[in-house]
Amino acid sequence: MKVADEMVKKVPWDGFLDGNWQKEIDVRDFISQNYNLYEGNESFLAGPTQSTKDLWDQVMQLTKEERENGGVYDLDTKIVSTITSHDAGYLNKPLEKIVGVQTDAPFKRALMPFGGIRMAVAAAESYGYKVDDEVVHTFTEHRKTHNQGVFDAYTPEILKARKAGIITGLPDAYGRGRIIGDYRRVALYGVDRLIEEKKKDLSLIGNGTMTEDIIRDREETSEQIRSLQDLKKLGEKYDFDISNPAATAQEAFQWLYLAYLAAIKEQNGAAMSLGRVSTFLDIYIERDIKNGVMTEEEAQELVDHFVMKLRLVKFARTPDYNELFSGDPTWVTESLAGIAEDGRPLVTKSSYRFLHTLDNLGPAPEPNLTVLWSKKLPENYKKYCAKMSIQTSSIQYENDDIMRPIYGDDYGIACCVSAMRIGKQMQFFGARANLAKALLYAINGGVDENLKMQVAPNYAPITSEYLDYDEVMDKYDTLLDWLSGLYVNALNVIHYMHDKYSYERLEMALHDREVLRTMACGVAGLSVIADSLSAIKYAKVKTIRDEDGLVVDYEIEGDYPKYGNNDERVDEIAVNLVKNFMNKIKKHHMYRNAVPTQSILTITSNVVYGKKTGNTPDGRKAGEPFAPGANPLHGRDKNGSLASLSSVAKLPYKYAMDGISNTFSIVPKALGKDEDTRKTNLAGILDGYAAKQGHHLNINVFDRETLLDAMDHPEEYPQLTIRVSGYAVNFIKLTREQQIDVINRTFHESL
Amino acid sequence: MKEGRIHSIETCGTVDGPGLRYVIFTQGCLLRCKFCHNPDTWKMGAGKKMSVQELVKDIKDYLPFFQATNGGVTVSGGEPLLQVEFLLELFTELKKLGVHTTIDTSAGCFNRSPHFIEHLDKVLELTDLVLLDLKHINSAEHKELTGLSNEHILDMANYLDQKNVPVWIRHVLVPGGSDNDAYLQQLSDFISTLNNVEKIEVLPYHKLGVYKWENLGLDYPLEGVEPPAEDRVRNAEDILNRVKTI
Repeated sequence: MKVADEMVKKVPWDGFLDGNWQKEIDVRDFISQNYNLYEGNESFLAGPTQSTKDLWDQVMQLTKEERENGGVYDLDTKIVSTITSHDAGYLNKPLEKIVGVQTDAPFKRALMPFGGIRMAVAAAESYGYKVDDEVVHTFTEHRKTHNQGVFDAYTPEILKARKAGIITGLPDAYGRGRIIGDYRRVALYGVDRLIEEKKKDLSLIGNGTMTEDIIRDREETSEQIRSLQDLKKLGEKYDFDISNPAATAQEAFQWLYLAYLAAIKEQNGAAMSLGRVSTFLDIYIERDIKNGVMTEEEAQELVDHFVMKLRLVKFARTPDYNELFSGDPTWVTESLAGIAEDGRPLVTKSSYRFLHTLDNLGPAPEPNLTVLWSKKLPENYKKYCAKMSIQTSSIQYENDDIMRPIYGDDYGIACCVSAMRIGKQMQFFGARANLAKALLYAINGGVDENLKMQVAPNYAPITSEYLDYDEVMDKYDTLLDWLSGLYVNALNVIHYMHDKYSYERLEMALHDREVLRTMACGVAGLSVIADSLSAIKYAKVKTIRDEDGLVVDYEIEGDYPKYGNNDERVDEIAVNLVKNFMNKIKKHHMYRNAVPTQSILTITSNVVYGKKTGNTPDGRKAGEPFAPGANPLHGRDKNGSLASLSSVAKLPYKYAMDGISNTFSIVPKALGKDEDTRKTNLAGILDGYAAKQGHHLNINVFDRETLLDAMDHPEEYPQLTIRVSGYAVNFIKLTREQQIDVINRTFHESL
Repeated sequence: MKEGRIHSIETCGTVDGPGLRYVIFTQGCLLRCKFCHNPDTWKMGAGKKMSVQELVKDIKDYLPFFQATNGGVTVSGGEPLLQVEFLLELFTELKKLGVHTTIDTSAGCFNRSPHFIEHLDKVLELTDLVLLDLKHINSAEHKELTGLSNEHILDMANYLDQKNVPVWIRHVLVPGGSDNDAYLQQLSDFISTLNNVEKIEVLPYHKLGVYKWENLGLDYPLEGVEPPAEDRVRNAEDILNRVKTI
């Protein structure tokens, strides 16, 4: 154990300022005491080393082969993936500064049946692989899965609602994800200390009376301890002893990455987010640079190699899943910058180095680089972010000024827009309810417009020829009462079973003993409903019925205000809907006393939701996609982008604390005539949106022609990255349908 | 409260003055420029009537964007000076909010009548910047290109100089129309007589507005004319900026 011997000589915490972080697990305090604020510009950054270039060429070659192979390069069909299931694997061992892959070879996807054996089999089959019979037998006959548990408990009513698509995308057939382990703890404390602390926790759980809650907590904590022991074994496979704290920058990156790797070896959750690591890791880099053992070039190389590993994260997904979340996303979200509670910007040189990977390795959707934006960020950093957005369209922005008062200054974003305190908070991901379809149910007395089947209770339908606003609102309210209850029930079942059959033991081992849980509900179709209700209120909407009297289409007479034009008359409808649905959700019992929240986020599922929803009273035709997230509907925002942003910024974060996603696409010329003006204007748009309490902004800067060309010549755009509601995707990995949807969306291009 | 005749609003203007700008396109213009990309703003008496109050209420929503970029409001057109009384009232209100104000004009309706000057003077006191289009230095060519001669337009340039109002000169570069070195030099010489010019912008002719001519059932007079090549744009910029600007 050569590495271990060296480490004994080094004192891992040497050179760090003392603080509470030594007495208890308190990474935030460590950062606060030790980080190095950087307010200069990007001129210090170093380009890629030869090793970086060679490794990345290898990755691009494998990516090409993967694409040519139909989307999967290789897939394990025999070994059930756990923290310790596979031997070490490498891209090119001598060149890699950070090592570790999910299986025993890069690009080889793992077999993960705990969420559901049928999904694992279907995912393999869709790419031409067959899961080993014995594994199938074991997970069918002997080891129950999350998916089976959920369907054992679902009611017929939930099944119908799920089939009709009024609730969709539920994590009942895939891992829920959206839990961020505090992977930094492994680097700062070493695994032994963490095990010791967890053992103390175990002794503190319960007073001797064994209630179900206490039993579960004790069992889970024991599982957590076991996972940490496994994590050490994973380290050993790669020749590292991670019992002790990391003593160098390279070790800090490696320890942290191994912890993250252990998580993704056991869980294929939809979003496996990283947290907020760059400013933490920067402390180690700065110490090594100060000690004269690291150069800027070496520091950047470490960041590049680490990020390269994050870009390799892959899971085997089913076609159904891909339809919802297109482009093979993993949401390895890393939250950058933000402001400390004492007012200091949490910007370090590594806040630059992480964005600089987009230069050194080229643009990419992962890791999902998320800048926690504040008006108080240093001007240099703002401009650098704007520059990189214009250049790569690979960055999303979230408003630190509205999140910091709620989550403090050591929170991270899970998935797209879900803020949570790192190591202290987790969420039960709840996908979303289709509120546009719910409006159609309100009109049709609970009958699904596509399936012609009674899904909601048999409420009295609207029978008049023209829709009356008050009558529609009254019925919609009743319908939403029903829907919110059903939706929460489904989520309670899902998360009960996920905890039981597919518990995230390693991620939760990197949390405090007492964790705040949120029940993250969500809504889809916001702009469709706002415009529909506005049409009913301000124009005349005539119903068109089929032979059974079911309303199947609508005719609008006259004009009406449309969401996205900063018009209070309709924006208010959207705001009220958000508040109303949240209030209804809150009335219900939540599994494990979770705190209910909601998001206005669709990811790429706006296409699927649209496909499953009939004609709507705003004039949207059956099957046409919804707008993504909280965006106005394609082409209906007519007053320019600031009006559009102002409408979305009105949606109250307080009532949608799981995030409000807005995707903003603009052609370069519309940002100004020269590069400097474009940077200033883009940073200004972000400042203005933040000041107006807007929550999230995806920024895309490119011409429509580029996308059209990429559709026809994908091979020429292997790294073309675009931001879609809350994440980034490799454009050429989207389905053609989704590509067209992206292109049809409003590009702000007026000159 | 005065009402304006408004063609449309663009809340995120980035090319008509500094920073992010709320651009009000007014309805009605006297010129008939062959290269016009907004022919739908020509017709007088059309457009949507909007009160100053209504506009100011909307503009207030964008103050954070103006503050972040030193932006503000630009009134363009059409020809904003055709609605000088409306402009006066609008700018009076905007100045109460501390908003940077810009007029984008082709000066097509400039005249020295006491009534016009009286209002114009008041507006100029509230105007931080004028974007002044000088479309051609030669009067006959100007008439050919825009339908009107240019004497009163150059007169306005001189008037703004005399009033010491900051001006950005803008020149649309149309191949075969205004892209001529000799004329560009003459224009440059004229600009050099002015002391209030902060910036000279060459706007390359483009065809993004052609569809509007088609929608209006108008024949497009520059059919077959392509946007100028980059080197011609640089050439024009070089000639026009040969003068030392303040």
